[in-house]
Amino acid sequence: MQLYLPIAEVSVNLILLLGVGTMVGILSGMFGVGGGFLITPLLFFMGIPPAVAVATGANQIVASSVSAVLAHLRRRTVDIRMGTVLLAGGLVGSALGVWLFNWLKALGQVELLVQLCYVVFLGVIGALMLVESVRALLNANKGRTPKRRNHGWVHGLPFKMRFRASGLYISALPPLLVGAAVGVLAAIMGVGGGFIMVPAMIYLLGMPTKVVVGTSLFQIIFVTAFTTLLHAVTTQTVDIFLALALIMGGVVGAQLGAILGARLRAEQLRILLALLVVGVCIKLALELVLTPEELYVISFEGAPT
Amino acid sequence: MIRTLVTFALGMALALPASAREEVVLGLSQDEVSISADFDGSEILVYGAVKRETPIPVDPPLEVLVTVAGPFVPLTVYRKERKLGIWVNADAVEVDAAPSFYAVATSGPWEDVISHVEDLRHSVSIPRAIRSVGAQVEEAQTFSDAVIRIRETSGLYRLLQGEVNIREETLFSTRVRLPANLIEGAYVTRIFLTRDGSVIGQTEAVIDVRKVGLERWLFNLSKDQPLLYGLLSLSLAIFAGWGASAAFRAIRN
Repeated sequence: MQLYLPIAEVSVNLILLLGVGTMVGILSGMFGVGGGFLITPLLFFMGIPPAVAVATGANQIVASSVSAVLAHLRRRTVDIRMGTVLLAGGLVGSALGVWLFNWLKALGQVELLVQLCYVVFLGVIGALMLVESVRALLNANKGRTPKRRNHGWVHGLPFKMRFRASGLYISALPPLLVGAAVGVLAAIMGVGGGFIMVPAMIYLLGMPTKVVVGTSLFQIIFVTAFTTLLHAVTTQTVDIFLALALIMGGVVGAQLGAILGARLRAEQLRILLALLVVGVCIKLALELVLTPEELYVISFEGAPT
Repeated sequence: MIRTLVTFALGMALALPASAREEVVLGLSQDEVSISADFDGSEILVYGAVKRETPIPVDPPLEVLVTVAGPFVPLTVYRKERKLGIWVNADAVEVDAAPSFYAVATSGPWEDVISHVEDLRHSVSIPRAIRSVGAQVEEAQTFSDAVIRIRETSGLYRLLQGEVNIREETLFSTRVRLPANLIEGAYVTRIFLTRDGSVIGQTEAVIDVRKVGLERWLFNLSKDQPLLYGLLSLSLAIFAGWGASAAFRAIRN
């Protein structure tokens, strides 16, 4: 069954779109990642123009995040206070990121830079998470209690705030900075930034894993909503049909993901996410290194007017 | 006998513009293609007849070419090159205008139906349809070739040799399949009548490809009221997210 997309101006298989949406929704509900780092390359592969894929992916992430956050809210695993502080930093960061993106675009090779960003960040974060979570899992299996998290320098900073849901009493500066950094990267890489946000919250801020997922999703809603509007107004590449098809799969997937996530142990959850991140990283790295089948690329700006 | 024939042919050639003119009368199964949400390509039947006031010339045989061209769009073609171990877009060539879709159907093998000179004059073949000034890079031709290769693979450019049926040197017809990935615009259909590789008659018609219904409305909204369109997309997303959450809760209880 085919669906003609009015903005992308391509015809795609509806069942395939629903499948992609569901899969990404499950990941979103389980791990608190928006799934942008998966959905964008998948849409490219299906022949959807990159600009449309990025903008519409953001719109889809809004829906699956809303769905998942509501599930997390009921289980009280969202630290709204922390989310708001992260978001404040995030909006500043993404404004900065958009400016940086346009500057890189003027220099040319922006696509390559985006791809390199993906490889570097996914690789580093994925590898770190994998090593850490495997170690934690091994320790847990030996019956040892995990070490209390080392907060170190984070505790010495001023402007302390109490984040009750996270059980933290720390300075507001680290979350602001984390939010801003993720905002910059999110704007450059065209994603919600969950896959960077989640490990940053666990390892930098020392938040409990269960709270991290809901809080990350809470923040992602606003960042991706902002991105969607920005794209709709400036590049006009948000495809509502494409978004709806992805959303229909995505919202169902997000609910399934939230249920699955509640049943798995935190360490297992982290290993799975780490494996996924590393997998995408390897795939993208191979694309950069291996000789492509077609050496030439056609690029054109939208349809004729 | 031969002499008479030669004289006849000569007379024909001289008299071509006036008396022995062969004109094309063209018909299309549809001159409008509506793109709706479930659009999955469309097949156009191009048919026609040759109108003439003199008897059918005996030799050389009549050949027919049909071209259908989508809107012309400027392109940039990049060639990848390995730098520091990774593949990057290196050289680029700007193509001034390349059709988004191009199909040529002929009544016989390419060499028999049109001469090189006539192809140059009327831009009939696929390579001729791409207009490129691109002299920035020495081998600009390889870039044009790449455009053709990529688009032939994806079915956007097609050469259909021998797909035009001719009956009694008078009636002809062919079917051109328009793929699902069409862009909007005027699709110009041209018909060429040739004898011995020379074009002796031509005509053209336009197939209007348009989005209709919801597709049309959404497309216009996204262009005319982008903020409203963005807010609409967002509200739909938020509503869908809430709806799914509520539905799942209802199922569980």
